[in-house]
Amino acid sequence: MPLNKHRKLSPVLSLAALILLLVLLIILEQHQSSNRMAVAVLQKGAILAVAAVAMNLPNGFTGIFSLGMAGFMSIGAYITAILTIPTDTIESVYYISGVAGWVMNLKRALDVLPQPLLVLVALLIGGLIAALFAFLIGIPVLRFKSDYLAIATLGFSEIIRALVASPQLDRVTNGSYGLKNIPGFATASGSGVLLIPFAIAAVCIFIMILVINSSYGRAFKAIREDDIAAEAMGINLLKHKELSFVISSFFTAISGGMLAMYMRSIDSKTFQVALTYDILLIVVIGGMGSVTGSIISAFLITAAKEWWLRFFDQTLYIGNWQVPLLRTGFRMVVFSILLMVVVLFYRRGLMGDREFSWEDILGLPQRWRHRRVAIAAAKAEAAAPKDGGQNDA
Amino acid sequence: MPDTPVLELEHVTVQFGGVVAVDSLNLTIQSGEIVALIGPNGAGKTTAFNAITGVYKPTNGCIRFKGDILEENYPQGKMRKLYRGHDNGHYHERLERTPDEICRLGIARTFQNIRLFKQLTVFENVLIAYHSHIQASIFASTFRLNHREERQMRDGAMALLDLVGLADLAQEKADNLPYGKQRHLEIARALATKPELLLLDEPAAGMNPQETDELTNFIYDMKDQFKLTIFMIEHHMNLVMDISDRIYVVDFGKRIADGRPEEIQSNPAVISAYLGVQA
Ligand SMILES: Nc1ncnc2c1ncn2[C@@H]1O[C@H](COP(=O)(O)OP(=O)(O)OP(=O)(O)O)[C@@H](O)[C@H]1O
Ligand SMILES: [Mg+2]
Repeated sequence: MPLNKHRKLSPVLSLAALILLLVLLIILEQHQSSNRMAVAVLQKGAILAVAAVAMNLPNGFTGIFSLGMAGFMSIGAYITAILTIPTDTIESVYYISGVAGWVMNLKRALDVLPQPLLVLVALLIGGLIAALFAFLIGIPVLRFKSDYLAIATLGFSEIIRALVASPQLDRVTNGSYGLKNIPGFATASGSGVLLIPFAIAAVCIFIMILVINSSYGRAFKAIREDDIAAEAMGINLLKHKELSFVISSFFTAISGGMLAMYMRSIDSKTFQVALTYDILLIVVIGGMGSVTGSIISAFLITAAKEWWLRFFDQTLYIGNWQVPLLRTGFRMVVFSILLMVVVLFYRRGLMGDREFSWEDILGLPQRWRHRRVAIAAAKAEAAAPKDGGQNDA
Repeated sequence: MPDTPVLELEHVTVQFGGVVAVDSLNLTIQSGEIVALIGPNGAGKTTAFNAITGVYKPTNGCIRFKGDILEENYPQGKMRKLYRGHDNGHYHERLERTPDEICRLGIARTFQNIRLFKQLTVFENVLIAYHSHIQASIFASTFRLNHREERQMRDGAMALLDLVGLADLAQEKADNLPYGKQRHLEIARALATKPELLLLDEPAAGMNPQETDELTNFIYDMKDQFKLTIFMIEHHMNLVMDISDRIYVVDFGKRIADGRPEEIQSNPAVISAYLGVQA
C-alpha cells in the first residue's frame, strides 16, 4: 500500500525538513549582514506565528471570539522590556521622569540571573501576568455568548494601551515616550538572531499543539462544534473556555515580549487594535482551527507584506516613462487585493481546519492520477450515446 | 424500605414568559425501568427533559435523583406575578445545577435534533464524552503525565464503538454518517459518560420500520449491558408499546395519564388527546 509507505516516510521527511531548516537558519545567521530583510522577515514571522497559533486556540479551536491580542502582547512586551533593558542604561531611557524605585529594586534583584535566563524569566512573568488578566476578564464575560468576549477583550486592549501611555505610569512604562535599548535576540557573540526566536517559538507552539491534542483540547473542539452538546456530555463550559482563553493569553504575551526584543524599542502605539487585526488576518488566511495553517500563513503574510511586495513601493522608470501606480503605499493596495483573491478562492483559509501532513502531500500525485482517470472515464461515458446526457465531464 | 426511585419530579413547572410548557408535572422512575413520555407536538416533553438536565431551570417544583435533590425552585421576581402553574407555594428553596454537573452525576441524554460534534470523527465524539470524568489536570494532560488515563479513555471509547457496531466507522467524520448511525452514535456518546439514567429524546425520529426495530433491540442491549434506567420520548407507538414498562402521557404540559402500555392504549383521555390525532 503506497499510503502505508507514506506513513513510514513522514517522520523521516519531518526530520529532514527540520535539519534543513536548522542548516538554513545557521547559514543565514552567518551571512546576516547581507540578508537583513530575510532575517527580519523570519524573526517577525516566528513571532507572529506564536501569536497566530495562540489566537487560533480560542477562536479556531474553542469557538470563543477573543480580540485582545494587542493588549496581551503589550503586557508581555512591556514587562519583558522593563526587565531586560540593561540596568546601567535604564536611567537614560527614563531620562524625563526617572525610574520608580520598586522597578529599580526588582531589576537589581533579577540582575543576578545570566542574560539568557533573565530573558526567559521576563517572558514568563509577562505571560503569567497576562494570563492572570485573562482569567479575571474571563470570569464575568465567558458566561455569555462569545460576542461579549470579543467586545470585552477589544475594550481591555484599548484600556491597557491608555494605561501604558498614562502620565501616572511614567516612572514604570515611560508613558508616551516608550521604551528603547531593549536587548535583541543576539547573544554577545552576535549569534542566535534567528535560532533564539525560532527556538522560543517552537517551544511555545509545541506546547500549544500538546494542549490541542490533549483530552482538554478535544473538549475545546467539542465546545466549538456544539456547546450545548458539550455541556450535556459533562464538559464545564466556563472552566474550559477560561482554560483556552488563559493559555492563549499566556502565549500571546510571550509573543509580545519577543516582539519587543525584535523591535528593540516600543511604545503604546505599537499595540493598537490594528495589531490584533493583523494577527486575525493571519489566522483567517491560514485557516481557523489549523495550527500549521497559522504558522505557514504567519511567514507568508509577513514576507509578502514586508518584503516580496516592496517592489510596488519603488518608483520605476522605463527609459523616460515612469511606470504608473508604483509609489510608496501601493504595496499595501496590492497586498489587500491579494488577500481578497486568497479569501475568494480559499473560503476557509489556506488549510481549512486540516493540518499539514506529508501523507497528504505524497498522496497528491496518486490522487491526481485517480482524478484524471475518473474524469477520462466520465468523458468516455458522456461520449457514449444514449446515457441520459446527464454527465458533465 | 422500598427502593428509592432513580428520578422523581414533584410539581415541576417550566414557564417561559406567559407560556406554561410543563405544568406541575409529577412522575417517578424506578431503577431498571424503561419509561416512555408521550404526548402531542408541543406538549412539553422536550422541555421536561431540558429541566431534568439543567438546560432550563424549573420555575417551580423539585427534581430528585436517587433520592437527593437535583434541582428545586419556586417562582421568584417577575415570575411571582406571572406564574400560572397549577401548584404553588410548596417550595422555598432554590437549588440549581449546570447541565455538565448533572451529566457527571449520572444523567446522560440525546437530543431530538441530533447534536453531534459534526466535524470530529466518530471516535473523537465518543472519546470526548470520557473527558467528563477526567482526573488529570490540564497540565498533566498536556504533558501526557496521564498516559495511563488517556490510554484507558481511548481503549474505552474503542470498546464502546465496537459494542455499538460503529468500530469500522471510527475514523469517519460524524457528519458523514447515515442518519440512523448518527442516532446510534449519539446514544454511544451518552453512554460514554457512564450514566445511570439515560434520557432519549425521540431516538427513532425519522427512522424507517426496519431501523426502528434495530434501535429497539439496541436499546434493550444497552440497558442490560450498562444496567441503565431509561426515560424516553418517542412518537413511534409500536416502539413505545413494545419497549416501555410504563408510559406517562402529557398534553399542554400536564400529565393526563400514566400506566402500563396496555392501560394507556385503552385510556379514553389518551386516545382523544394523542392517539386520536394520529388515527
Ligand atoms: N426556550 C423556549 N422559549 C419559549 N417557549 C418555549 C421554549 N422551549 C419550548 N417552548 C415552548 O414550550 C412548549 C413545549 O415545547 P417542547 O419542545 O417541550 O414540546 P415537545 O413536547 O417536545 O414537542 P415535540 O413533540 O414537537 O418535540 C411549546 O409551546 C414551545 O413553543
Ligand atoms: Mg420535543
